[in-house]
Amino acid sequence: MKTYQESTANIIKEFELFTDWMDKYNYIIELGKSLPLIDEKYKTENYLISGCQSQVWLYAEYKDGRVWFTADSDAIITKGIVGILINALSGLSPDEIINADMDFINNIGLREHLSPTRSNGLNSMIKQMKLYALVYKTKYESSR
Amino acid sequence: MYNAMDIEKIREQFPLLKQQVNGKSLIYFDNAATTQKPQCVIDSLNHYYTTMNSNIHRGVHFLSQQATNAFEESRKTVQNFINARHMHEIIFTRGTTESINLVASSFSKRFLKPGDTILISAMEHHSNIVPWQLACEERQAKLKVIPINPDGTIIFSELQNLLDESCKLLAITHVSNTLGTINDIKKIIKTAHAANIPVLVDGAQAISHIKIDVQDLDCEFYCFSGHKMYAPMGVGVLYGKEHILNELPPYQGGGEMIKNVTFEKTTYNELPFKFEAGTPNVGDVIGLQQAVKFISEIGYDNISAYEHDLLEYATRQLEQFEDIKIYGTAENKASVISFILGNIHPYDAGIILDKLGIAVRTGHHCTQPLMDFFRIPGTVRASFAIYNTKEEIEAMIEALKKIKLMFA
Repeated sequence: MKTYQESTANIIKEFELFTDWMDKYNYIIELGKSLPLIDEKYKTENYLISGCQSQVWLYAEYKDGRVWFTADSDAIITKGIVGILINALSGLSPDEIINADMDFINNIGLREHLSPTRSNGLNSMIKQMKLYALVYKTKYESSR
Repeated sequence: MYNAMDIEKIREQFPLLKQQVNGKSLIYFDNAATTQKPQCVIDSLNHYYTTMNSNIHRGVHFLSQQATNAFEESRKTVQNFINARHMHEIIFTRGTTESINLVASSFSKRFLKPGDTILISAMEHHSNIVPWQLACEERQAKLKVIPINPDGTIIFSELQNLLDESCKLLAITHVSNTLGTINDIKKIIKTAHAANIPVLVDGAQAISHIKIDVQDLDCEFYCFSGHKMYAPMGVGVLYGKEHILNELPPYQGGGEMIKNVTFEKTTYNELPFKFEAGTPNVGDVIGLQQAVKFISEIGYDNISAYEHDLLEYATRQLEQFEDIKIYGTAENKASVISFILGNIHPYDAGIILDKLGIAVRTGHHCTQPLMDFFRIPGTVRASFAIYNTKEEIEAMIEALKKIKLMFA
């Protein structure tokens, strides 16, 4: 199993290949296509992350001490961005997710998506992923 | 009509437009959100804070008198600009939103009773919906909505039906910020008046495009923001007819708005000061005067003709895409064009346009009920001002072609 450091180092390496913003966004679009899609039954209000401009649905499962995410969005770039977050965090332990610093986002030049505008939900996505991890930690690991 | 050279001269007055964004020359098509500021407005702010800054209406000293004179001169300029009968019918606010909130709060306190209704239209900006919802909730009154046609025009027969005895006020936009529809506001006001119903007009999107004559329109209230008409942010205007403003209770309490204060009772100042509690935004109000001069020097005839030409050109160019859907196809439109290209999400299109140096607005444009009506999550909105050009529109079309390839 990959650690947070390993999976994010991998993402940074991938992004270093692109010098042109257009190639970078084309890559994000491709990432969106390989996103582990959320089951249609979870594409409801309950699993919606409120962002102003595009809808994002996120779901998480807990299996053998690790959290696995699935998601979808109606905007393709957003889909790619959730895809990056899922590549970074899916399959990690709740503790690793809770403690993830998410600094790699700055390294891949997507900082603009972190700006506190109402137009994107990147901050809310990260918050929601960490919240899932916290809930699963409390539910399955607190008795240990 | 203004030619390319005239426009070049106008562009030169806007320092911000010379910027590069993401390595490209900036194309600013988000004018319905806010316009850029000409040098004369920027200079006037600088001049105010360098030579005149002081609190107004109270000080006997030199600076205070200078600032007071400039402030009141600006009120006079705005009065003439919209042809108000009296100077004291011009109330300075923070913007359209505050102007509407002021009326919603004070008017409902005075006139709204349980079971009454306030009438708005389906194309209102949230700022002409929510203040009325709050007022209605507080007074157990009802908010009713005039429906629209698919082309983005008011269904006039419905408006007439809804102007019944329960209706205490019609609050309606002059120009739709999302669709660009220019409502036949004079006819609407006349119809409401025939039923004895006062009218508030949200003029936020009209003020930079259309000559406003409040006496000719005969509306009770007209609201607009400075920042959408080349003036600084943080200043707006509420025009109200004298007799109705006199009947309304104050909106906020504080300094400036009082005549006499004891702990038992306060008597209020006269118009317009009754509605201008606290230290006003003096510098920006003075800046607004410069923006009025800027618009007046060009003239609304020139502005309307040139912007209409840009709108027609953009519409024709966009219609070259066979899968384009334009929202808002009324015959009479301001220079706002809202669209969705194929099945490309507005957010996706907006991100890439930005990367190409083109600033548009994407999303629901603070008109969520309107998006629900069209069953869409949002649109891409390009809105043009006097300094935009056909070359910039062509650049946007080229950018959209790229975007189509990327998201195919």
